[in-house]
Amino acid sequence: MKKILLGNEAIVQGALESGVDFVSAYPGTPSSEIGVIFGEIAQKNGVYFEFSTNEKTAMEAAIGASFSGLKCLVAMKNFGLNVASDALIPFCYTGVKGPTVIIVADDPSCWSSGQSEQNTRAFTYTSYIPMLEPADAQEAKDFVKLGFEISEKFKIPVIIRTTTRVAHQRMPVEIGTVKRGNPKGKFIKNVKQFVTMPPRVLEMKDELLEKIEKIRTYAEKSVVNRIEGKGKIGIITSAVSYLYVKEALAELDLNLPILKLGFFNPLPNKKIKKFTKGLKAVLVVEELDGFLEKEVRVLDPKIKVFGKDLIPVSRELGVEKVAMAIAKVTGKRYKMRKGVSLDLPRRYPRLCEGCPYWFVFSAVKELAPKDTVFGGGIGCYMLAGFPPHEIQDYLFCMGSSIGIGHGIKKSTDQKLISFIGDSSFFHSGISGLINAVYNKSNALIIIMDNRITAMTGHQPNPGMGETGMGEEAVAIEIEDIVKACGVKNVRTVDPKNINELKTTIKEFLNKKEVSVIISKRMCALLARRLKR
Amino acid sequence: MKTFNTIISGTGGQGLITLLMVIAESAHLQGLDVKTSELHGLSQRGGSVQAHLRMGEKIYSPLVIKADLVISLELLESLRVLPYSDSKTKFLINCYSFPFTGTFSEEDIKDKIEKYIKGEKYLIPASDFCRRELGQEVVSGIHLLGFAVFNGMIPLEPSIVEKAIKKVVPKKHLDINLKAFRLAKNGN
Repeated sequence: MKKILLGNEAIVQGALESGVDFVSAYPGTPSSEIGVIFGEIAQKNGVYFEFSTNEKTAMEAAIGASFSGLKCLVAMKNFGLNVASDALIPFCYTGVKGPTVIIVADDPSCWSSGQSEQNTRAFTYTSYIPMLEPADAQEAKDFVKLGFEISEKFKIPVIIRTTTRVAHQRMPVEIGTVKRGNPKGKFIKNVKQFVTMPPRVLEMKDELLEKIEKIRTYAEKSVVNRIEGKGKIGIITSAVSYLYVKEALAELDLNLPILKLGFFNPLPNKKIKKFTKGLKAVLVVEELDGFLEKEVRVLDPKIKVFGKDLIPVSRELGVEKVAMAIAKVTGKRYKMRKGVSLDLPRRYPRLCEGCPYWFVFSAVKELAPKDTVFGGGIGCYMLAGFPPHEIQDYLFCMGSSIGIGHGIKKSTDQKLISFIGDSSFFHSGISGLINAVYNKSNALIIIMDNRITAMTGHQPNPGMGETGMGEEAVAIEIEDIVKACGVKNVRTVDPKNINELKTTIKEFLNKKEVSVIISKRMCALLARRLKR
Repeated sequence: MKTFNTIISGTGGQGLITLLMVIAESAHLQGLDVKTSELHGLSQRGGSVQAHLRMGEKIYSPLVIKADLVISLELLESLRVLPYSDSKTKFLINCYSFPFTGTFSEEDIKDKIEKYIKGEKYLIPASDFCRRELGQEVVSGIHLLGFAVFNGMIPLEPSIVEKAIKKVVPKKHLDINLKAFRLAKNGN
């Protein structure tokens, strides 16, 4: 039976069909639905699920569960892996006990990402981790299952790398039987595997390198690395680019041989060499950086390789960009469609009606002296950068509004106000706050506590008194944390009490030490939903 | 059949994804291959949204290069689909404007629609109609789909689309969606 599934739904289905026991995630577009769905269905499938405080704690939770013998899935967006990588890399050295698959979602063209157009493939070079790249929702499901098989067989974690066009693609997906999970394991002590003290850690590295070569042999035989068609000019491609290649060839009325790679790491070197042998030229079609292209050039130094000379490094691909490259290589004529494109006014995303952030932004804008620097962060409050607010002077990664703000405060005499959301504060704001207090900053930090992780579609966080599975938990008071970090000037304000908010901002802007306002009011969308 | 390409445009919160899911489910129930692509997160929050849907014998890419049909839930947003259209593209446009600071006047938008959309175009007051007849604007997308289906602008059978609505829409909203769809039969 086939059912139309979103790529992320297919990933959940694949994990359930593999009999996953333990799932941890931190929400981030385009990966968020994975956690949301597990939050709803985990318990009835015998699965433990949590939204962790950040991607590193999510990864660490899964490592602990894997060491206790459980089958684990971790989900995050690309930048999350930066945060989690400190735990991921030694995990590749120790290897898994219970099989573990990590979903990492990239976002070429930055449809839902500030920060950078990050390519998660690069992590394979520093961690050696096996990485599979599905092209569509069916493969997303199949590759999760394959990932668990590889992880089980070779005792190593495996990354499934998706992109927006896979994670948020819908198609009919073959549905199989779900295996019930069992979230109860046992930690059997094994210092040889779990303790990375030197010199053992170097033996682990040698073992890791051996594993990768064994997986390479496996990849040589795997059907997910497959050759289609015959001819003198070939195409090597993977992930969603494969779909564009198929459409482009049909558009150009060409039938060229394709090597479709499901593995990005380790690559099936022999299969690649077999494919290029006898070809006159090969075009490598891949999104973002030309990593595959470089590998192909090394594997077959004699063949003429086309790639990033014809295909841009920036922004996602599409059928037309790929067709243009194929046309150039094959000497065919192809013209990109030139539709009418009007210069239309941009419709900026905006705060919802009744959003408590409206009050904070307007009060801050009114009261801050002209030279004030405004620190932005990741969440709904990044809309501070758009009209009508336009109070965002830097924007980096989760938690950084406080950390970078501290550096600016130490370097200038300007006033500075950093915004940070409740979920971002729990994610990675606390260490920055401690640093600012310890090193004697005096920024004003406004924690925009809207009682939920809102931007990614309303996931619970530690301030709410509810876990990812909807169980009751301790509601961690942000004010308590702030006080415990040594902040003397702290006040929790309902931003609707605009006078109190304004008085506090005025007072705190003139303090000689770090000051923190916790603007506490529930997300308007959530409040409306709860009322219904 | 020839692959049929649809783009749905509008603004975040207008029920675009439900509409997309209903069309995808209909295509699937009709035995066609189908792929869609949509965007979430920052791209929503009242900003411009576009979703792509392709159906046919065998679909690889989920992204449309040239649309056969555009369903726009908002006036200005129909113009953003122009690069994906030509004189053969049919436009079904909700006569509803969600204005913002710095945008064109409604008159101006309608003039531009008249001037730049070369093919068949239908401006339908779906939001007004759904608010008046059903008390809810959010079903206007389903109403527009009804218009497309009953007028043969999209290769889907009415009975199959009804089945798809029943599969996709949660029970408590089912009635109103079916009504919105059926009321398109005689035009409005």
